[in-house]
Amino acid sequence: MELKESAAGTLESGDILVQIAPAESKGLQVDLQSSVAYQFGRQIKQLVVETLEGLGIHDANVKVTDKGALDCTIRARVTAAAVRATGKDVWA
Amino acid sequence: MMFVPGNNPGMMQDAFIYGPDSIMLDLEDSVTMAEKDAARLLVHNALKSIDYGGTEMVVRINPLNTPYGKKDVEAVVKAGVNVIRMPKTETADEVRELEAEIEKVEREIGCVGRTAIMAAIESTLGVINAYAIATASKRMMGIALGAEDYSANLKTQRSPEGMELLMARQTIVVAARAAGIDCFDTVYSNLNDMETFRKEVELIKQLGFDGKSIINPRQIEIVNEVFTPKQKEIDKSLAIVAAIKDAEKRGSGVIAVNGKMVDRPVVLRAQRTIDLAIASGVLKKEDIL
Repeated sequence: MELKESAAGTLESGDILVQIAPAESKGLQVDLQSSVAYQFGRQIKQLVVETLEGLGIHDANVKVTDKGALDCTIRARVTAAAVRATGKDVWA
Repeated sequence: MMFVPGNNPGMMQDAFIYGPDSIMLDLEDSVTMAEKDAARLLVHNALKSIDYGGTEMVVRINPLNTPYGKKDVEAVVKAGVNVIRMPKTETADEVRELEAEIEKVEREIGCVGRTAIMAAIESTLGVINAYAIATASKRMMGIALGAEDYSANLKTQRSPEGMELLMARQTIVVAARAAGIDCFDTVYSNLNDMETFRKEVELIKQLGFDGKSIINPRQIEIVNEVFTPKQKEIDKSLAIVAAIKDAEKRGSGVIAVNGKMVDRPVVLRAQRTIDLAIASGVLKKEDIL
């Protein structure tokens, strides 16, 4: 799937900034910055990957800056960034 | 009903902690055009995942004649929202158009009839058509005044006394009562003037409104204080309802309590006081019997 550079979210408390860029190599490369990376890093990365794969994105560079977002916020921001990157909306 | 911007996850996840009766996540005026898509996804995911307890969840969508409205309906209906708030409602046809849009999505996911509608009346034409709007659909649960746009449409400005809103407020209350649905007053946006806010809440309660829209948790306490019946009123209402039940058993419709005639309208008012006391948590259902 062809991607263009995109971003969604903010750096406010409780939010997460997700930036997507076309992949330089195969697969999803997730670069995570989070104050809770030690406790939840693996879980956050897994959620980012699951959400992108669910939207048919398998190759991308993803930079994620987490400010303590809930799972539902992570899912929403990743989806928004993906929709902006692909131009393909999730609604009918 | 507390307004919460639909693109602010921090506020959205904390809102219910303050105990509002309902939370209105906003996709309309508080969200910029560039963020409509992201806010819609945020609200959809929040509704699906966050346990808001017994708080009624409302989402204010964008008007259907914008590129965002129909997508908003799909996103929030699929997430199981309780009520869709329709902004800037001017005619009954607009309500029916929204109803059709909701039904289309509900049919797709097999939950026809789940979503209620609240119409915000924010223009002179909307006020003129208030009763037609209030009765446009079986899904209508309430109508609400949006005073900022309404004042602009009237070509005036809001005053602390709210004289300019009197006709709109009364028309909305009368229309809602005639239609058998709820009515909600507009927001008061000056958070530094809680005294005027309290007076406004007292005024709208006296006019007959069921509740007030608020923009900050600091306003909740005042609304609850004003709307919670005083103990004296509760005691009197309980005595009236008990006396009329007793009278009905004896086949009489009119009685006297403390030397005053009590008939059906008095009983209805007493029942409403009891309902409000229960809703406010100062009276328990089991205490009535």
